[in-house]
Parts: sequence; structure tokens; C-alpha cells
Amino acid sequence: MDNDIVLKVEHLTVNYSRRRGSTEAVSDVSFELRRGEILGLVGESGCGKSTLARAILGITPCSSGTVTHFTRRPQMVFQDPYGSLNPAKSVGWIVEEPLRIFGRYDRAERRRRVEAMLERVGLGTEYYSRRPSELSGGQRQRVGIAAALIVRPQLLIADEAVSALDVTIQAQIIDLLLELQRELNLSYLFISHDLNVVYQLCDRVMVMQSGHIVECADVQQLYSDPQHPYTKKLLKE
Amino acid sequence: MKKRPNYNLILGCIIAGLTVGMIIVGIFWTPYEPTAMSGGEKLDAPSLRHLLGTDNFGRDIFSRVLEGARSTMLIAAAVVAIGASVGTVVGAFTGYFGGRVDAVLMRFNDMLAAFPSILLALVLISLLGSGKTNVIIALGILFIPSYARIVRAEFARQAELDYVKSARLMGAGHLRIMFVHILPNAAPVLLSSIAIGFNNAVLAEASMSYLSIGVQPPDASLGRMLSDSQTYLLSAPWYAIGTGAAIVLLILGFGLISEGLGDSRRA
Repeated sequence: MDNDIVLKVEHLTVNYSRRRGSTEAVSDVSFELRRGEILGLVGESGCGKSTLARAILGITPCSSGTVTHFTRRPQMVFQDPYGSLNPAKSVGWIVEEPLRIFGRYDRAERRRRVEAMLERVGLGTEYYSRRPSELSGGQRQRVGIAAALIVRPQLLIADEAVSALDVTIQAQIIDLLLELQRELNLSYLFISHDLNVVYQLCDRVMVMQSGHIVECADVQQLYSDPQHPYTKKLLKE
Repeated sequence: MKKRPNYNLILGCIIAGLTVGMIIVGIFWTPYEPTAMSGGEKLDAPSLRHLLGTDNFGRDIFSRVLEGARSTMLIAAAVVAIGASVGTVVGAFTGYFGGRVDAVLMRFNDMLAAFPSILLALVLISLLGSGKTNVIIALGILFIPSYARIVRAEFARQAELDYVKSARLMGAGHLRIMFVHILPNAAPVLLSSIAIGFNNAVLAEASMSYLSIGVQPPDASLGRMLSDSQTYLLSAPWYAIGTGAAIVLLILGFGLISEGLGDSRRA
């Protein structure tokens, strides 16, 4: 069973030092993420969701606890489809950049992979030389997904990846994420404050309140029979 | 939104193009030898023979303006090249990394900026000695802080954006992020300050030569000529007017380009 786990987080705590003492943004969080599983992480803004994601990715240092990756470096899809793409570069350049850094393929092979990936996320090769500023929010998010998946990670962390989009575009991106997940047997850690989106997408859901995981259950069970009062409150809204 | 033509940029390019074009022509051909003196034609008024008249040695002012503008422009270009390239590197590191390096370098920057630049130039020239190369070195050093500050502010702003975080996640190194990812985004700001910096360099060179700590005779320089013309301001006003007009034209073109670049960035 153990080799089916892509990510293991044990007793993870992240402190932010402020002028007066420190605040625990994430306290004693433990969970496992299995291959091919979509794990939702919900909670109000400021509850530590993004800090947890950053700690898992190693952007923010952990104060204690461990994060164990059983796969290659996970990639991330960002919330803001405007700030997360380099405005000075073309779509093709942005998607190709991870491959250039990875440095295993020659120019022609990289180009081939980038074009295939653009097709895969539903953009088509005619977008290769476009600039991010010429694209809509949904198209930009597709570019972000393409850039994240081009190095074939097994775990993708999506931090409010569809929150900035219109509802119809949201549905399209969710469909795309589901298709890609099935096709490539990916695991997602899907962070959102939107319980509807999480319900559509996730297999299992963790509820976070001020740095703690207060409840973690399969999606059907959590939505039909919430245990923790905070979960009940969230679902009522 | 309807796009208005960028008049500043267009006009600036025309003026700068004309002046630079004339300077380039002046490298190969001037109506008279810039240093050729003529005893019978001292301080002649402008005429068809001498477009801008002649100076106190009977030299053709138009030819000398062409030559002077050339050396002034070359000095300004070299100064900006030094200031902008070193300033960009310093600004990139301090803006991107922040922290202690940033604090130390920026205080040093403040220190340099606290002195009037002409005073610092005087000090540097008295240490290095006068001459074209030393003027370039002295002004180049003086120009570093302003570029460092502009680039630093831009890098600090850009470093917070998600595309930089995403580049880090992809495994890009710091140098790659700074110069491949962020620098192109800082380029518009940098370009318009290069154009305005060019102007400042022209003025700084002219003022240094005017104070006779810049280019030394027999090399022509606009500032030097302006300084010489002062003595004949009443008897031969065309000397000062022609030289001054050349400085104004040189600055106006690049000033408008800088302005225009700023406009297109804001649009």
C-alpha cells in the first residue's frame, strides 16, 4: 500500500514570527495523499491553507514536522491567472521554460512537447506565440496548467485555481482538471474556499480552521453528515 | 480604448534622428576644418559662408558644434552605458534579495545621492585627473545610484508576483529568474530612464566642461564652447546661441523619447 502514497505530511507546524512572539499559521497537520486521489482543502481565507501549500512545496520553511514526497517535485497552479504568467514572454516560452530548466531535451523535442501540451489543455498551437495579456482568464489558467504539467509531475497543488474565474469557465477548467487527472493518474491537492467546487472535484476533503485540520472525510460523507461544528457552519453558508 | 498616436515618441525620434544624423555626417564631413583658424574672419555674424558665424579665432562655429556635439554625445552614451549596466546589476541583486545587502547598498546609495553631483564629479576628477576618459569614469560612477534605485524598486515589486514564485517552483536559479524572467519586465522602466539619463549626462558633461574640468582643448565640446562664448556674449551673441541651441536640440529629442516611452507604459 505504501508505494501508492505520493505525499505524506506528519505533524507539520509553521510559525510566522512577528514582532511580538509568533503566530502558528499551521499547527500539527498530518495527512497522506494517495496516487490518483483528489484531496480538497477547504477553509476561510486566512486559515492557513496557502501556508500549508507553500510549506509542502518548500517555499515556506516548516517549524517542525516533516513533509515527505514520494514522487518528483510537485507543481503548482496559482490563483491569480494574471500574476502567475510572465507578462513579457510568449505562451510557448512560458510552457517551455520548465523543460529548458530541466534540460534533458533538445530544442525540437521541447517544441514538440510544448505544442502537444497546448493541444492537450485545449489551447491549440496557434497560441504558441501569443502573450498572456492577449488571453482571457480561463485561457491563462490553461497555460498555467500546461506549464505545471509539462514536466510530468504526479502531484499538482492547485491553490484557489478556479476561484478567480467565471462560473462557466470554472466548470470548463474543472472538467479539464478531471480529464487530465484520469488520463495521467495524477493526484491533486485542491485548495479552495468554495465548497461547491470542492464537491464537484474531490474524493476526500479536509476542513481547516485557524491552522488546524478539524475534519477529514470522504466527500459524500462530509457533505451528508458533517461531524465538526465548523464544517456544519461552512456548509450552511 | 482608442489608441492615440504617441506624439511625444514620434517627435522625439524625429528630433533625435536628425541630430544624430547630423552628428554622423559631421564625422565624415564638416563645412570647414573644426580647428582651422582664419585671422580675417574673427567673430563674423552668421552668413551663408558660415551658417552659425565664426568664433574668436575665426573658426566656423557650425563645424565646431558638429564636432562638439559628437564628443558630448559619445561621452553621454558611455556614461549612461556604465551607469545603467552597473546600476541594473546592483539594483537587481538588492531588489530581488532584499535584506541586509539591500540595506547596506541602499544606504551607500543615499550617501552618494546626498552630495551635489557636480561636487562629487569635481572630487573624482581631482583624484583621476581631467580628460575625456576620466570624465566618463567619474560621471559613470555618479550615474550608478539613480539606475540602481529605479531597477531595485522594479525588481522588488516584480519579485512578489506569482510568476516569479512559479519560476522558483520550476527549479529556476536566482540568476536565471533575475535576468531572464524579471529583467524583460523591468525593461520599459529602464529604457525610459536611460533616455532621460542620457540627457542628464549631456548636461553634466556640458557643465563640467563649462567649469573646465571636463573635455580639454583642443577637443571641442559643447560645454567648453558655451564657456568660451560667454566672453563674447554681447559682441557675438550667435556664438552662445548656436552652441546653446545644439545642446537644447540634443536634449529635447531624447527627453521626448523618454516621455513617450513613459506614456506608452502607462497606456
